[in-house]
Amino acid sequence: MKILLTTVLFIILAPVAGGLLSGFDRKISARMQKRVGPSILQPFYDVLKLFQKENVVVNISQNLYAFCFLFFTVFTGVLFFNGADILLIIFSLTLAGIFFVLGGYSTFSPYSFIGSERELLSMVADEPMIILTAVGMYMVTKSFSVADIAAYGTPLFFYIPGVFLGFLFILTIKLKKSPFDLSTSHHAHQELVSGVTTEFSGKPLAWIELAHWYENVFLLGIVYLFFAPVPVIGVAVALLAYFLEIFIDNINARVKWQWMLKSAWGAAIGLGVLNIFILYIVQ
Amino acid sequence: MSFMSLILFLIIFPLFAALLMTLLKNPKVRGFFVMAASLVIAAASVALLVMNLNNSGFVEYAVHMEYIEYAMTAVLLLISVYIIYAGARDKKYHAVVLAIVQILATVGSELLFGGKAEAANALMLDNLSLLMVMLVGVVGSLICVFSVGYMEKYHHHKHVADRSRMFFAVVFVFMSAMFGLVLSNNLKWLLFFWEITTFCSYLLIGYTRTAEAIRNSYRALVMNIVGGLGFLAGIVWLYETQGIIEVDKLLALNPALVVVPVVFICFAGVVKSAQMPFSSWLLGAMVAPSPVSALLHSSTMVKAGVYIVIRLSPLLAGTKAGLFIALIGAVTFLFASLIAISERNLKRLLAYSTISTLGLIVACAGVGTYQAVWTAMLLMIFHAVAKALLFLCAGTVEGGTDSLSIEDMDGLIMKMPKVTVFILVGIAGMFLAPFGMLISKWQALEALVSVNPLIAVLVIFGSSATLFFYTKLMGKLIMIVHPAGKLEKGVTGGEWFTLGTLSILTVAACVVFPVISKYLIDPFIKLVYHSTVSMSAGNIVIMLLMMVFLLLLPLQIVLQRRDKRHVSAYLNGANLTEYKDAAEANDHFYTAGHNVQELKLSNYYLEEMFGEKRLGLVGIVLTSMLLAILCGVMFL
Repeated sequence: MKILLTTVLFIILAPVAGGLLSGFDRKISARMQKRVGPSILQPFYDVLKLFQKENVVVNISQNLYAFCFLFFTVFTGVLFFNGADILLIIFSLTLAGIFFVLGGYSTFSPYSFIGSERELLSMVADEPMIILTAVGMYMVTKSFSVADIAAYGTPLFFYIPGVFLGFLFILTIKLKKSPFDLSTSHHAHQELVSGVTTEFSGKPLAWIELAHWYENVFLLGIVYLFFAPVPVIGVAVALLAYFLEIFIDNINARVKWQWMLKSAWGAAIGLGVLNIFILYIVQ
Repeated sequence: MSFMSLILFLIIFPLFAALLMTLLKNPKVRGFFVMAASLVIAAASVALLVMNLNNSGFVEYAVHMEYIEYAMTAVLLLISVYIIYAGARDKKYHAVVLAIVQILATVGSELLFGGKAEAANALMLDNLSLLMVMLVGVVGSLICVFSVGYMEKYHHHKHVADRSRMFFAVVFVFMSAMFGLVLSNNLKWLLFFWEITTFCSYLLIGYTRTAEAIRNSYRALVMNIVGGLGFLAGIVWLYETQGIIEVDKLLALNPALVVVPVVFICFAGVVKSAQMPFSSWLLGAMVAPSPVSALLHSSTMVKAGVYIVIRLSPLLAGTKAGLFIALIGAVTFLFASLIAISERNLKRLLAYSTISTLGLIVACAGVGTYQAVWTAMLLMIFHAVAKALLFLCAGTVEGGTDSLSIEDMDGLIMKMPKVTVFILVGIAGMFLAPFGMLISKWQALEALVSVNPLIAVLVIFGSSATLFFYTKLMGKLIMIVHPAGKLEKGVTGGEWFTLGTLSILTVAACVVFPVISKYLIDPFIKLVYHSTVSMSAGNIVIMLLMMVFLLLLPLQIVLQRRDKRHVSAYLNGANLTEYKDAAEANDHFYTAGHNVQELKLSNYYLEEMFGEKRLGLVGIVLTSMLLAILCGVMFL
């Protein structure tokens, strides 16, 4: 019963939170650029409008991949907020991400294709640090279950600050923010047109947008987990992290993939692995 | 029929089948008997499993045949003599030298043993052996069935001498040797079968007799002879210091007393399972027809290598030697996965993927805790099934398109839809949640983290590379390009049967793995380690749910409305407009000079970062250093 309730609440509330985050993102970014910016609710209007638009396709299989992307992203979030095994949750997120990438491939469009290749590179860049985050949490709490990790007495941040910083680093990649927004074109870089989503329109494009909202809520959930014993601080840090990402997004120019891969793996080793080794030696 | 006679049947029956193959010249008749023999072997393997379900202990069997050991020695000497002859013929003098060393070692060890080194029980059966019997018997037999149709077409396409009789004979000898290897308690017997598998793989890799095939067959032979010599040294050392030559007695000893022989034998296992720095022999093996690759990579040869390491893993647990063996495996896992990113040839990509997976198995076996060994055994099952499927599909694709280059596989799903679906199942089986390999990687991570974070870290980075090279391969296959082709007409019924069955097994293995674990793996782990691995019921339910979704979600494509407006992909307005059908205009565009250009999309291979030349060298240097340290450690 509790599982069902959490699931329903997550499915309903996560897009609300994700949409609001996206609205704030656009507003704050606009203010940083001395523009007025759209209404906070603009992302909701955009997605609702997409649902009413005609679905023009290159081939119908692309819609399947978009749907699977949304489905498994929601599934990931449901597992997370129900306190399941964190490694399984990460693998489920990876599965969702793979569907997103495959959607781009299936269209045989050069812009989608390059977007997919770069999105895949982004996944390769950030995945080690995400798994190291799970490993770090396990080393402190001796459990991979999110429920157990959340119930641990002291904030994990104090044991694994390196892991926390490493996770913040790759959060920029996960949220597709500059300097690591290689696979999209949220800013004025136009060489990719719209990257993976170039050939998507109407409802499937709305699914993809929704999936990103769910994903963002889940990612901030992991940030929260570092401070779970003090919920107020946890939420505050999660929001602060999101603000930080918006800030980074606005002050950076996009880098080449080599730099993304090297810096993300570098951060994973220099912050995550080092922290875990120190923890191992101390224990 | 008693266990004992069924075990002997499994070892001896394939030899008769092999003999029959050499006599049958008509391919149709031979094909029939290959299928019949495969069926018998598979049925006997399953029968052994069923009869043994309630008997999960370690059972030894005495064999009272005095002359059998003389016969084995004679066969080994004959093989060495043949290698001297063939090596001289093919001008591979390093093989000749090694074969002479091998003869001296064989004779020398026999003189040392002086006929006194006898095992009380030559054969044995436990759940690890049973698992291996199932892999060899079922997956191996399916590959045989596939080979019937494949080899006939192979000789229509390729202009090489038709030596199919020899091919099938060697394949059955190979299976016999594998059964013998996993059912032997007497280490001398085990070594005998070990050397037979080396010899069979040499014959199969050199099948086409092209210059490349000959070169690569000798590379495999030479490396594995060196490994075999290590194995023999291990046995001699064990007999001289402890006076035993049996697996069961060895396992009962204090690990500290037998570090040297265990390391020697594991060294042979590391070579045979193509771990770095010895991985090049398995890469070279892909010159052989695809069923050979499938056989070597899935159920035989390399699995013999990991079998022996898993068999000895209780003696490695917690030791420095075990740690360094695990590190060799983990480094191999990482580097082979990274190099696979840069591979453009499907079979080479699969070969690197095999090497990396075997690395993970060796890492788990080297760590040797109950959870790690449990994972290693699961990995063997999942890998055997999925990899056999993938190699056979690769062979089928090559038959249909005359190419193994991944760059030529754009939109394969439009040209060979069924084969492509099978490939996708195989790929999913190799790295996607909730399929088998991922379950194992997940468990491996949990098992390794608590023992040694360094090994876990290597596995984590390697896994990300796996994600990259398999997803971009999938992407190529699922592109929708026009026009659709019909390139799978030539695939025979036997081939479809094997591909279909292996696909079903790939999916089924992860649905029923809790059952496999409960009846086959858990009893073994409990017997050896006195504790069992329990995967929470919640997680199993979640994975089953994911599997159900993955099987059901593709229905979305059927349920979609068909009246959608189709457009060609965005090409900056340079699309060909004279085509009425938008889909036709998808893969051509106008260049600046208004010339028509075909659209080509090429995957990232990132050779400058992940190329074999660069990373292969680093991997070899690292693993050689680990091997050197291992040699030092074992004498401390």
